[in-house]
Amino acid sequence: MKIRYTDVLVIGGGLAGLRAGIAAKRRGHEVHILSLVPSKRSHSAAAQGGMQASLANSIKGKGDNEDVHFEDTVRGSDWGADQNVVRMFVNTSPKAARELAAWGVPWNRVRSGAREVVIGGKSTVLTEEHAAHGLITARDFGGTRKWRTCFVSDGTGHAMLYTVSDQAVANSIPVTERVEAMSLIHDGQRCFGAIVRDLVSGQLTAWVAKATCVATGGFGRLYRVTTNAVINEGMGAAIALETGVAALGNMEAVQFHPTGIFPAGILVTEGCRGDGGVLLDAELHRFMPDYEPEKKELASRDVVSRRMEQHIASGLGVRTRYGEHLWLDIRMLGRDHIDKNLREVRDICKHFLGIDPVSELIPVRPAQHYSMGGIRTGPSGEGRGLRGLFACGEAACWDMHGFNRLGGNSVAETVVAGMIVGEYIADFCESLDSDIDISTAQVNDFIKREQHSIDALLSSKGTERAADIMREMQTLMTDKVAIFRNQERLQTAVDQLLNLRARSNNIGLSNRSAALNPELVAAYRVRRMLKLALCVAYGALQRTESRGAHYREDYPRRNDRDWLKRTLATWSDADQTLPTLDYEDLDVMAMELPPGWRGYGEKDFVEHPDADVRRAEIEQLKRTMADADRHAIQAALMPYDELLPEPYRCGNERLGEDSK
Amino acid sequence: MNEQADNRQLRISILRYRPMESDSRPAVQVYEIEEADNMTLFMALTEIREQQDPSLQFDFVCRAGICGSCGMLIDGRPGLACRTLTKHLGQQIALAPLPGFELIADLSVNTGKWLRAMSERLETWVHNGDEIDLTTLEQPMEPDLAEQIYELERCIECGCCIAACGTALMHEDFIGAAGLNRIARFRLDPRDQRDDCDYYELIGDDEGVFGCMSLLGCNDLCPKELPLQTQIAYLRRKMLWTGLKG
Repeated sequence: MKIRYTDVLVIGGGLAGLRAGIAAKRRGHEVHILSLVPSKRSHSAAAQGGMQASLANSIKGKGDNEDVHFEDTVRGSDWGADQNVVRMFVNTSPKAARELAAWGVPWNRVRSGAREVVIGGKSTVLTEEHAAHGLITARDFGGTRKWRTCFVSDGTGHAMLYTVSDQAVANSIPVTERVEAMSLIHDGQRCFGAIVRDLVSGQLTAWVAKATCVATGGFGRLYRVTTNAVINEGMGAAIALETGVAALGNMEAVQFHPTGIFPAGILVTEGCRGDGGVLLDAELHRFMPDYEPEKKELASRDVVSRRMEQHIASGLGVRTRYGEHLWLDIRMLGRDHIDKNLREVRDICKHFLGIDPVSELIPVRPAQHYSMGGIRTGPSGEGRGLRGLFACGEAACWDMHGFNRLGGNSVAETVVAGMIVGEYIADFCESLDSDIDISTAQVNDFIKREQHSIDALLSSKGTERAADIMREMQTLMTDKVAIFRNQERLQTAVDQLLNLRARSNNIGLSNRSAALNPELVAAYRVRRMLKLALCVAYGALQRTESRGAHYREDYPRRNDRDWLKRTLATWSDADQTLPTLDYEDLDVMAMELPPGWRGYGEKDFVEHPDADVRRAEIEQLKRTMADADRHAIQAALMPYDELLPEPYRCGNERLGEDSK
Repeated sequence: MNEQADNRQLRISILRYRPMESDSRPAVQVYEIEEADNMTLFMALTEIREQQDPSLQFDFVCRAGICGSCGMLIDGRPGLACRTLTKHLGQQIALAPLPGFELIADLSVNTGKWLRAMSERLETWVHNGDEIDLTTLEQPMEPDLAEQIYELERCIECGCCIAACGTALMHEDFIGAAGLNRIARFRLDPRDQRDDCDYYELIGDDEGVFGCMSLLGCNDLCPKELPLQTQIAYLRRKMLWTGLKG
């Protein structure tokens, strides 16, 4: 049995894991990163449109700052987010963009003078200031009041990932590729690393660490139609759940992106609409302004996706043999713009659809895109229940997204959370709490348990095929636990998932080799995926309200009175059939922005009894501080500075505004 | 979408070999599957693995042509399998692993190991000793220059250029177009304080830019259509000049 030791074990080699690893390494700790695939192949590379950071360099970003970004993000979350974490995020995001700039990310830059742009399908002229020339520019994105999304053409995630991955190389951080974490080593209170399987040789190794950081991304592959890469199966969240102690937060909050190409589900960026593109129906009518007169195509993703499905249901979708879709029209942006700023989109259209978006319409329909839920952590990124277990990025429910994430906020979260959580990991490693007091005998027990379960699968005489169960689960989730949910569909989903779970105990393999065996991998993963799927479906069934991406036809109103709370799913007994759900209240009286109307979407909701009280309190405080600057008012409303690691507590300089 | 009553029966022959197993011998195996509308090689291979042969090895991640995982020889030419539509191929399709990389098994090759080594060898990051002040405005950069850097930054390190390169197949240590392109990218970037003498140390020999025989397979086969020919030619001139200056 092989046991290896390191200070910090990072599971996941995408942007979040890499950046957290770099932070810990720079503080002098030994870091080892594990990854299913080479780091540069991670799903982070798929982020196209950009990263939100309130730099306010472009003329359409004028007046932007942390406060505006904060409000947009909280409204986007439908008040489900942890407002302290949102504050930590918006204050650090400009620093992250600038750090990446210094590291070499070729952000698109402001060009001074006049230029023609398309806003809402119409041409207009913008004039950029001379002073901003050469600074990082930004494009418009959904649910934002300013143009805030910094971008590198439509290959932002790619450019960021290559830069950060090469920084990890520069910092001599080893990345072991083609390995998978199978379980977390823990004693019920403290996490000590993970049992790791080599996907090529099939061998198990115990990686024992002071701190373990899960950064494995989302679980989009629970769904049949998804923009996610094939590796996004949520295994990090699943092994945390299987500790029986760690909790998964808000698993029912699943985002559907409005523009997956139809029917393959491959993403075309929100930047298409941000840059002026519009959505059309079968009659080539631009329908979004009919539903959302304020934000039109640039309402938040949950709202736009819902309106699109609603429009299709009203009979105005384009009918094909594979089902119905709508059109995305970016023709008015012109060849030059598309060639420069939407070239990946053009590539994808060419290769997968055989069309040229310069002159043709793109068939689109909402597709699963993002997991707001994940391993529930506190602001430091440390998981609930297990000391020494951290999570960041999409794998975590840190909770800056609540029930709907804004476009451009996820790739931003990866690096921001990596910076912040990485510092806290280093703090932890420097504390007495990080002492590794687990015996090698206990570690060996974990290896043996994992080996036993793999051996059992390899020798199973079961008659079920993992691939069949996987496909049935994915179809079920796409059909029943998607954009429009109700009691009947969700109950059916839960029942059928339980049935699939029972069947998954009877999986047999035709390939009985331990090495290089994708059938074996599918077999153990699908069992874990079914648990995650149950957390999603059962959580959605229990939540009898609509909030953000979670929309219940039978409970169409957001209900702050009863449901302003975060779902926590645990699985303490391996034999239990359903997750245990608990709820964590959000404290309205501590909020900087009490719940109200988002500014788009449904206007009708059930008020929280404290909302008016808190609003009055805030008004009163603002009156007494009439002469104070925005930072002082913010600090009085909801102090959060001490939640940030010391190096990130200062403000951010902008043109005409110093860093406070 | 064109209705097709009679879909083609595709015959996909795959070069199979598991070098880690001592009794494995390279052999071609043929699979037959029914073509579907807009079928990609990703879809075809996934179906073969799910329905016919669970032992078949290949690598896909994004399945959208952006992550660079699925480079393979498709009818003898290096390309990205995920975005190759079967309708653009004949009824008989031949697949083989990318040459020039360590073979893991079947169509799966270890590009990751090669890339990490390349990154370490060429130090593919901005060399800038200055402490970064994160609270102040970023350094300005000309918008055109940022776009030019991105043009070279678009490489997805899929390895097709290495598999298409005569030199790389003869000399294991040749850095190839992917490596030379990375140097061209950092050379263009004023944030990187390395100068041509530093770059000469990295690529001024036969394993670097002077190893290129200008066969230009890289340029012809790059899935991202990077301007590899002009970049290598330019780099060679600059390195030659640097070498002559001593």
